[in-house]
Amino acid sequence: MSDATESDADGTTAAPERPQSPLARRTRTFVRRFRRNRLAMGGLVVTAGFVLLALLAPVLAPYDPAAVDVPARLQGPSPAHPFGTDRYGRDLFSRVLFGARIALQVAVATPLVAGAVGVPIGLVAGYVGGRVDDVLMRLMDSVFAFPAILLGLTLVAVFGQSLTNIVVALGIVYVPQFARVTRGSAVSVVEEEHVRVARSLGASHARIVLVHVLPFCLSAILVQATVTAALAIVLESSLSFLGVGVPSPTPSWGSILRVGKGYVDSGEWWYSVFPGVAIVIAVLGFNLLGDGLRDVLDPRTDPNR
Amino acid sequence: MSDPLLSVRDLKRHYPVRSGILKRKRGAVRAVDGVSFDLQAGETLAVVGESGCGKSTLAETVIGLDEPTAGEVLFEGEPLAGTQSGGVLGSLAGGVDKAFRRRVQMVFQDPFSTLNERMSVGRIVAEPLVIHGEREDDRAGYVRELLETVGLDPDRHYDAFPHELSGGQRQRVGIARALALEPDLLVLDEPVSALDVSVRAGILELLRDLQAERGLTYLLISHDVSVVRQVADRVAVMYLGEFVELGDLGDVLDDPAHPYTEALLSSVPRVCAAPDPDDRIRLPGSPPDPSEPPAGCRFHPRCHLRERLDDEDAARCVAEDPALTERDAGGEPRPGGDGRTVACHFRPAAVGITDRNPRE
Repeated sequence: MSDATESDADGTTAAPERPQSPLARRTRTFVRRFRRNRLAMGGLVVTAGFVLLALLAPVLAPYDPAAVDVPARLQGPSPAHPFGTDRYGRDLFSRVLFGARIALQVAVATPLVAGAVGVPIGLVAGYVGGRVDDVLMRLMDSVFAFPAILLGLTLVAVFGQSLTNIVVALGIVYVPQFARVTRGSAVSVVEEEHVRVARSLGASHARIVLVHVLPFCLSAILVQATVTAALAIVLESSLSFLGVGVPSPTPSWGSILRVGKGYVDSGEWWYSVFPGVAIVIAVLGFNLLGDGLRDVLDPRTDPNR
Repeated sequence: MSDPLLSVRDLKRHYPVRSGILKRKRGAVRAVDGVSFDLQAGETLAVVGESGCGKSTLAETVIGLDEPTAGEVLFEGEPLAGTQSGGVLGSLAGGVDKAFRRRVQMVFQDPFSTLNERMSVGRIVAEPLVIHGEREDDRAGYVRELLETVGLDPDRHYDAFPHELSGGQRQRVGIARALALEPDLLVLDEPVSALDVSVRAGILELLRDLQAERGLTYLLISHDVSVVRQVADRVAVMYLGEFVELGDLGDVLDDPAHPYTEALLSSVPRVCAAPDPDDRIRLPGSPPDPSEPPAGCRFHPRCHLRERLDDEDAARCVAEDPALTERDAGGEPRPGGDGRTVACHFRPAAVGITDRNPRE
């Protein structure tokens, strides 16, 4: 994948004759390292597949996921219904495909919500330090101390059941993790010399945090976002499994699984196996991607530092 | 003589030492403990001393990165904003007003950690302009000029990233950044000590040229006597947070008066015929703990001069802290009358010790 000339061009010591555009250069190095990391590539392939299937669900699904066909209820996998049918005769393959759309929305929106709140908290705590840090982080700890499912259940019970509310609830659940990760990076960056220099130049606090601290936290935040995406899929499925997830008839993997669970004993295994496998694959993909990104972005293994 | 550009008056910076679960204050590390000096426009004052003597703390306190515990810093006779309340927010950007920051800039020791790795050279040098809202119409052009001034090639280096540059080139970027706001005073904190010996001369030459062209005033912090010799007009020797000797470059370095200065200079390797290994003054022990400086003269436990004083005089070194003064113990001006000040009761007054080398 990388021939000799390419790795020479990315060498770390020699100044290039004609400097590449900074972003392009960083991106190239990142892509090269990423492609060498099998874990990351595996995660990327699985995640990309998941995203594609979710986006193309309306095209790929052979049936309307809500189309009831009672005579065909509880049929096992067959060429007509690859994943079988549910108790109303709805095509499970189509329902699992459309369930991916719910999972994708949760996986994208939850890290955004959690990050939008958690990252500023972490930056302030890490930059200001002292008592502000103590108060903010103890607050985050107390949120973190709640079991995620319990907190999610409570929040959904309070806000009401809808996809938006579930995403907000999941976002709140994962705020402490973003705050922690961001604070951890910020604390070490604030100690660095270039931040002291910015202070000596008279930069405002906002400028120091946004220009001289935040960019150094982004890789950790990105990894956290990927991990949170996986956790959010699990938690959303769990809430749906408990009956407080996305309201029916919207097909969510967790709610299909909840109904399917009642049919395991009577032999209709496909009802719960396929949504369960979908959850496992999607979560595995995000987790692999997150672990891979962590390896690729880790400054200790970054040859450019 | 005109008014000094910068005056430092009895500056102290103590760091509290806290211990126990109540974080009770147990004492203080006296990093800088009563330093005074004047800096005339256009001159270079070098502060030399071994590691931990407080010279970097002095530099940071002078430019307002750190708050003085006591004493004051006057710039053109105007005192800087007073001591702020503690905490990060107090001692960050709020401490010193922006006008002062524009006129006093710092060149930092380590050109590897002081440049933001995520910013291109062009952006790094433009950063002070952005912060102070200067030259909004032609920042890029001005930055390219600056790069040329410090000996970089704007076409090659403007878009480069710090990791693509050598140590010397990085330090030139640091100097360009310090020049961007056209300051009057540059504080040079060990500007070449992180660099390869081969590129030091080039950086020092650049600093000398810039001073000649722009009439800059330098406060140079260094542990390296050879660097000081190349750049400075006057030299201050620092030991345990205090100046022990302050005078013109030639006087201090060629004819040191304070015993510590002697010891410091004799530690500098020299190229000469048949060096006598006994010619070095070896200081016994290591510098004392700056949170508990010795009573009297701070140098007395390690002083080679005191060994040869009679008991009465030696007792005085322990009992009485010598002031930094032009006069010796007898109230007589020190020989030479060169305006040099020395903090020693006896040197080089007539106490019967005139030889420089105790082992001769």
